[in-house]
Amino acid sequence: MSEARDSGAAIGRSVPRPRADRLLAGQGRFTDDISLPRMVHAAFLRSPHPHARIRSIDVAAAAQAPGVVRVVTGAEIAAQCKPYAGLHQLFSGMRVPDQVPMAVDVARWQGEPVAVVVAVSRAQAEDAVELIAVDWEPLASVVDPRAGAAPDAPVIHAALGTNVAYDGTVAHGDIDATLTAAAIIVEGDFTFGRHTGVCLETRSILADYRASDETLTVYESHQCPAQQQDIFARLLGLADNKVRVVCPDVGGAFGIKQQLYGDELAVCILSRLLRRPVKFVADRLESFTSDIHAREHRVKARLAVSADGRLLGLDVDDWFGIGAYSQYPRSSIGEGSHVLRITGAAYDLAAYRARMRMVLQNKNMVGHYRSVGHPIAIAVAETLIDDAARKLGIDPVEIRRRNYIAEAGYPHASHGGFVFEQLSLHACLDKIVALMDLPRLRREQDESRRKGVYLGIGLASFVELTGTGPDYYGKGEVRVSAQDGCMVKLEPSGKIRCFSSVTDQGQGVDTAIGQIVADMVGVPFDDVAVFSGDTEVSPYGGGAWASRGASMGGEAAVRAGRALRENILAVAGCVLQARPDELAIEQGAVVNAGDRRIRMTLAEVARIGYFRQDLLPAGMQPELSVVRHYVPHGRTFVATNGIQGSLVEVDPDTGFIRLLRHFVVHDGGTMINPMLVEEQIRGGVVQGLGAALYEEINYGTDGELTTGTMADYLVPMAFEMPDIDIGHVSVPLSGSELGAKGVGEAGTAGASAAVINAVNDALAPFDAHLTQLPMSPERVLRALRKIA
Amino acid sequence: MKAPAFHYERPSSRAEAFALLAQHGDEARVLAGGQSLMPILNMRLASPAVLVDINAIDNLAGISVAGDVLTVGAMTRHYQVAESAEIARHLPLIAEAMRHVAHAAIRNRGTFGGNLAMADPASEMPACCIALDAVMVIESAKGPRKLAAEQFFRGIFETALEPDELLVAVEFPIGQPGWRHGFMEFARRQGDYAIVGSAARFLVKQRRVADCRLVFFGVGDRPIRVQAAERTLCGPPPFAEAAATASAALAAELPEFADSLATAEMRHHLARVLFGRIITPFTADLD
Ligand SMILES: Cc1cc2nc3c(=O)[nH]c(=O)nc-3n(C[C@H](O)[C@H](O)[C@H](O)COP(=O)(O)OP(=O)(O)OC[C@H]3O[C@@H](n4cnc5c(N)ncnc54)[C@H](O)[C@@H]3O)c2cc1C
Repeated sequence: MSEARDSGAAIGRSVPRPRADRLLAGQGRFTDDISLPRMVHAAFLRSPHPHARIRSIDVAAAAQAPGVVRVVTGAEIAAQCKPYAGLHQLFSGMRVPDQVPMAVDVARWQGEPVAVVVAVSRAQAEDAVELIAVDWEPLASVVDPRAGAAPDAPVIHAALGTNVAYDGTVAHGDIDATLTAAAIIVEGDFTFGRHTGVCLETRSILADYRASDETLTVYESHQCPAQQQDIFARLLGLADNKVRVVCPDVGGAFGIKQQLYGDELAVCILSRLLRRPVKFVADRLESFTSDIHAREHRVKARLAVSADGRLLGLDVDDWFGIGAYSQYPRSSIGEGSHVLRITGAAYDLAAYRARMRMVLQNKNMVGHYRSVGHPIAIAVAETLIDDAARKLGIDPVEIRRRNYIAEAGYPHASHGGFVFEQLSLHACLDKIVALMDLPRLRREQDESRRKGVYLGIGLASFVELTGTGPDYYGKGEVRVSAQDGCMVKLEPSGKIRCFSSVTDQGQGVDTAIGQIVADMVGVPFDDVAVFSGDTEVSPYGGGAWASRGASMGGEAAVRAGRALRENILAVAGCVLQARPDELAIEQGAVVNAGDRRIRMTLAEVARIGYFRQDLLPAGMQPELSVVRHYVPHGRTFVATNGIQGSLVEVDPDTGFIRLLRHFVVHDGGTMINPMLVEEQIRGGVVQGLGAALYEEINYGTDGELTTGTMADYLVPMAFEMPDIDIGHVSVPLSGSELGAKGVGEAGTAGASAAVINAVNDALAPFDAHLTQLPMSPERVLRALRKIA
Repeated sequence: MKAPAFHYERPSSRAEAFALLAQHGDEARVLAGGQSLMPILNMRLASPAVLVDINAIDNLAGISVAGDVLTVGAMTRHYQVAESAEIARHLPLIAEAMRHVAHAAIRNRGTFGGNLAMADPASEMPACCIALDAVMVIESAKGPRKLAAEQFFRGIFETALEPDELLVAVEFPIGQPGWRHGFMEFARRQGDYAIVGSAARFLVKQRRVADCRLVFFGVGDRPIRVQAAERTLCGPPPFAEAAATASAALAAELPEFADSLATAEMRHHLARVLFGRIITPFTADLD
């Protein structure tokens, strides 16, 4: 770390993103911007039924339509690849179905691809899709997870014999005895609506199979190019050194672009079948039907509390609907697993029990969306704690302070089975009380209530699992790399080129990587160009997931930058007749370690290293490119924490909620780029506020999707968003060079919980209470008993 | 999400447009600002054989005042209406309501006539037109005709327009002193179509409501003028009591209208709240 502090130019500075200039200039290069010679376009026929047998498919008319190159059914596609299943071996007893890219014989969710037309233009492909005739036999469907678990429920996958894909319990202490003995028990029955992460750029893929040398090049709007390379090679039986996956500019991802989609694999297969480049860009309707959904949970929970406000025990029962399959490769269990293991994680609970049932349904797949599972776990615990505080007449600040894991109690073995090395719960609480000026807000609340204006104040503490280590997917036999890599190269000009395995979908992580490399090598930030997202040239690594980019990818960048600096100094030492430790690099020049006098520029080092090796002693091999990797050994996750606060106004006549202000205090460890940290938090908060008030994917009683457009799925817009004030507590991550922890999902984790608590606080005078998200005006009015 | 293939026509005169519409009838669709029509085509909810783009026709846009009539041409963009000094002066109800129509980007292209011809039941302008006793000016190859706004809106996306007709302008009576207006809507987000909204106008004379128009939108398949409530409000004083009576009877006059946004019960509830809020500023001034 010391060299970063010494030259200290870039790390810790709010450097703007170089990529932003290019995107603003309209020079972004997204997958759909790429066109190849002989390229054709795919459009899918998707099942109109939630569950139906395919008696026959007649593609004759479609095949004759203008511009059509080929019409292919799911069965033909399935014959071209190996099946796959979203299994995770850490969860014993988990049963999930095999998948193939498209429906064969039976369609199990509305939107499942059934047949695909490849045509010269997308419009022609869509025209032809309308001409495909499918003889359907609709089947009874499973919609509600609890109904799906009933003995008489239709079984979606006969081979499994059940719709219950997982039923697991985590227990700690004696929860039954605790509940019996407790002074009070607060209970909640929580319903969370389905979401999806609405990306500005929809899912896009362009697959180019070259038969002459059996090479597959895939341009894909995705977070994890190395993962996709591995998957495409294995499932299609190709050599992975001949599979190249390029993720060019990606317009938002949020976890939605982290898995394998059947339609995207089908596009690769089509390219191989047709020996032509095939492009598929999902339209907005397809995005709602087929992008990964998230957060469909029904949670019953009971919290046992002593008369003096001690939290004694928590009992959680989660029904988690995941749709017709388990997402591949990571499996869909992540959300449910987090509900099982981190509900109430900020508190020291003597007894805890959580049961989670993961159930297959005739709906689109549920998987990972920003802050996987956390918003559910946090909303459940934080709502119950506020209920308890209200019942006991204790201030919400005070009840939290009393029950957090004790400051002296670290490392803390959590009731969910994790070790929290060091959290800063108390410090974050103190800071948010000051940031919000809570005493003043409470006074304003009292005054406005007297005028008939109902303000509400809500807090939500959270512990967040970030920076996943090899113990999670590795031990689970899921081929997701917990390693990240960084390659740095001295260019002949003395500037630095960097390839990172960490990918950027708009969050700015490449800027942070550049800052780290700049400081580690000793060059100005502007002298570092960072590239990522191409398996042909990037070092191996996970891409973008689990808020790992800056914290884990950054560690690789530290090591690579430092190694390059040493190699540069080795060359410079030869030329200057100095020991490397007598030299340092500062602002792009080799200087004396002692008096900081410039001895030679990096351009000069590069000139000698690349073009004048004759000046070097025999045997001196300049190594001016280096690759380093980093694996966070010994941790399943890096636990971070924070707290959010919300101020709302509820109109008790209309049920409308206005978000007046939002506050976050977060501990992300060392901040490499405070501006990016704050904007990541703000963006995440906005998605959490969408969850609180607006966003919900609805299905009808038979599993038919009723939320198909942006007019139905309400994403939060600028007008409705409050100012978001952010404060920081920075406890560096121990054992790491940078001390950075995950940041990217923190905003989403606790935002909706803070808003529920604020709304319930506002409604307290009416004895009304909500436990369902989103809190639509209709639900608020129902809670107020103004409508039935 | 690619529109099905269509034939594209861009007439430069009304006569040409009328001829095309007469020729293609049901098969043709008029393209104005495209803000509603293009999504409909892209989602393949409609597949007209011919699009008749009326953007190149002169004299379909503009706001003019002649005597006691203010005319808004069909191709006047939303933003032009929103920024017009004439509208602000003579039709403050429209000026206020226009702020709730969509977002700036959509207001830049969307047209006054297209909005009315679209006849979305949750749209603001149809209700305003009824509240303002507007007259729709309709024209075809057969010549012009005029229709009261109340007769124009027939159902969800349904108007009195024949396939060969264009809505060319809307005429508003102006210059009657004493009228005051009220406008309010409840929408989930700024710029969204309203769950429930209301456009109202009151003629106040000697601290009494002498005449009024009270129109709700988003509550039925078209804007709903609640005439029983209007009569009650114009009834004998005290006004506060009349308002309470009208409010209690309001739901009976509203249809049962439910969709993914709200149940009928919710709409009735919100309509009552809205009514109260529109009336409140007047109660202080009235006997
Ligand atoms: C995101 C979004 C939000 C919106 N929110 C609102 C809102 O809150 N309130 C609201 O009122 N509107 C809203 N709109 C609709 C917007 O106001 C449109 O501009 C309007 O509905 C249609 O006007 P246009 O000129 O774009 O018509 P077009 O889309 O071109 O046409 C609409 C229909 O009218 C027909 N038509 C158009 N002009 C004529 C004419 N002169 N004679 C005969 N037929 C004609 C067309 O054939 C078509 O059937 C919204 C739109 C969007 C995309």
